[in-house]
Amino acid sequence: MRASRPGTLSFHPARAWRRGPGFAYSPVVQENAPHLRLDRLTKRYGSQAAVDGVSLSVDRGECIALLGPSGCGKTTTLRLVAGFIMPDEGRIQLDGKSIERSPPHRRQIGMVFQNYALFPHMTAADNVGFGLEMRDVSRAERDKRVAEALSMVGLAHLADRYPARMSGGQQQRVALARALVIRPDLLLLDEPLSNLDAGLRVEMREEIARLRAAAGITTLFVTHDQEEALALADRVAVMDRGRIVECASPAELTERPRHLFTAGFLGARTVLAGRAADGHFVLEDGTALPLPEDAPERPSHLVLRAARLWLLPALEAELPRGPLPYNRLALPAVVTAATRLDDSIHYEVAVGSRQIRVHRPSAELAIAPGTDVTLAAPPEAVSWIEDFTAATGASA
Amino acid sequence: MDFIAEALPPMLWAAGNTVWISAVGIALGLVLGVPIAVGCEARRAWALTYVSFFRGVPLLIQLMLAYYALPFLGIDLPAWFAATATLGLCCAAYMAEIIRGGFALVQKGGLEAARLLGLTPRQILLRIRLPIALQAMRPAVINEAILIVKASSLISVVGILELTRSAQAIASSTFEPLPAYALCGAIYLAMNLLLMMFARGRPA
Repeated sequence: MRASRPGTLSFHPARAWRRGPGFAYSPVVQENAPHLRLDRLTKRYGSQAAVDGVSLSVDRGECIALLGPSGCGKTTTLRLVAGFIMPDEGRIQLDGKSIERSPPHRRQIGMVFQNYALFPHMTAADNVGFGLEMRDVSRAERDKRVAEALSMVGLAHLADRYPARMSGGQQQRVALARALVIRPDLLLLDEPLSNLDAGLRVEMREEIARLRAAAGITTLFVTHDQEEALALADRVAVMDRGRIVECASPAELTERPRHLFTAGFLGARTVLAGRAADGHFVLEDGTALPLPEDAPERPSHLVLRAARLWLLPALEAELPRGPLPYNRLALPAVVTAATRLDDSIHYEVAVGSRQIRVHRPSAELAIAPGTDVTLAAPPEAVSWIEDFTAATGASA
Repeated sequence: MDFIAEALPPMLWAAGNTVWISAVGIALGLVLGVPIAVGCEARRAWALTYVSFFRGVPLLIQLMLAYYALPFLGIDLPAWFAATATLGLCCAAYMAEIIRGGFALVQKGGLEAARLLGLTPRQILLRIRLPIALQAMRPAVINEAILIVKASSLISVVGILELTRSAQAIASSTFEPLPAYALCGAIYLAMNLLLMMFARGRPA
């Protein structure tokens, strides 16, 4: 047993893994130390910075999603952590030890690749056991752990099947078992669900969440799918142009995005630019909206969440400012388009010259395009972005 | 019928030489093809020059050079050795290109997964890249093997009695070229059909 230093991990590899239906870790660790720490991580390709000063702290057992559009640097960040590429600047610390110059296999990392990266000439069992073989685990122990891992992902019956004869979901599970069987300190997932169809994606999302919770393993995963990030992660780091723009819990990000890019990227929102003047927020087209008491000092943008807005019958008089759920904001509007989806109706509503998105449950009576309505925004539908966040990056 | 009974035994004996020399040539080609493919992939001058020479010069000329030109340099090779080595070296150049094509089919993710699992570059080559590449390129390898079996008919120029040379000898001694060459062609066809069946009979 290694001596425990402040802020570092102390655990015995043989005891770190609990036998039984779910894999779990039981390390002894200082509470205050982040398990994984990225410190001003930078990677340039020529004059272009793919990753630009990324800083991130991940606690033990925490799941962090790197979310962003294509080319934002999220996969490069993951590959830097895995050790496939070396950073130009910055540090990567795992359990307090700098690992940015260590080869990939010395980092004790498990990874699930976007295309699963199973070895096509090996069976499911051989794929899962290959890492153990490379680590000189005895045959008996290897067989036991492989059987355990495959049954954990529900594929014990496919142990002798080759990847070519498996579905995408099955290959994904084998890849997950292969990553977990080596008992890694850190699990990396690179767009793990992007190659699956919609139904299977939801199923695998739940499966990954279950396995991750059972293993209690620190996880960093990359995705461009906000639904996936919000469903799986404890915190989401939103990336743009090589930087972490904002890092917060899914609830904070959806309800109170602090950065203009986040508000725009998370979708199903309308972002209205304007400025504060005389207790009002004046939009670019001159529409003045009353500023609530909890609004920031210098709001630059108003964010309206589509799923939290109400559409009410058009009212001649101004709405009373009583204890109504929609007393925050009430604007005359016209429905310009309505699209019925499975569980909701998506409206486009014109307020002056601006189009605003509104999502209502499909159980409600549909409103025909051309109808005059009142767009009402309860407090939970409204958030503000301050001037200072529009230009700054965030570290987490 | 009498002709077949008379011509078949010497032809089959000669076909044995063809099979043996072709098999050694193909095996040599596969074994040498791997490091040459790795060299070509790394843009090594020696590998690129090797492939250019052996693919660019006709096999007949290569055989002549090995058997007739090398003695001028003090290297005197037995006919069967010169023939087998030349066939193998020529085959290696083509195999190297096939293997290089096979390497391209190995997903980058698979190589990264192997690195993450702790494999050395040599282990990655032997345990991951080669098996995957060989599996993918088996049709091309079998195709090359068939071409080598047929190209082995050229080794008669260095005095080895192989199938084509045997057919020539029988045709000139019996003055019946048509049945001699027809039988020779049938034996080549049988050998190559066996190779094709071997290729089909094993799952990819």
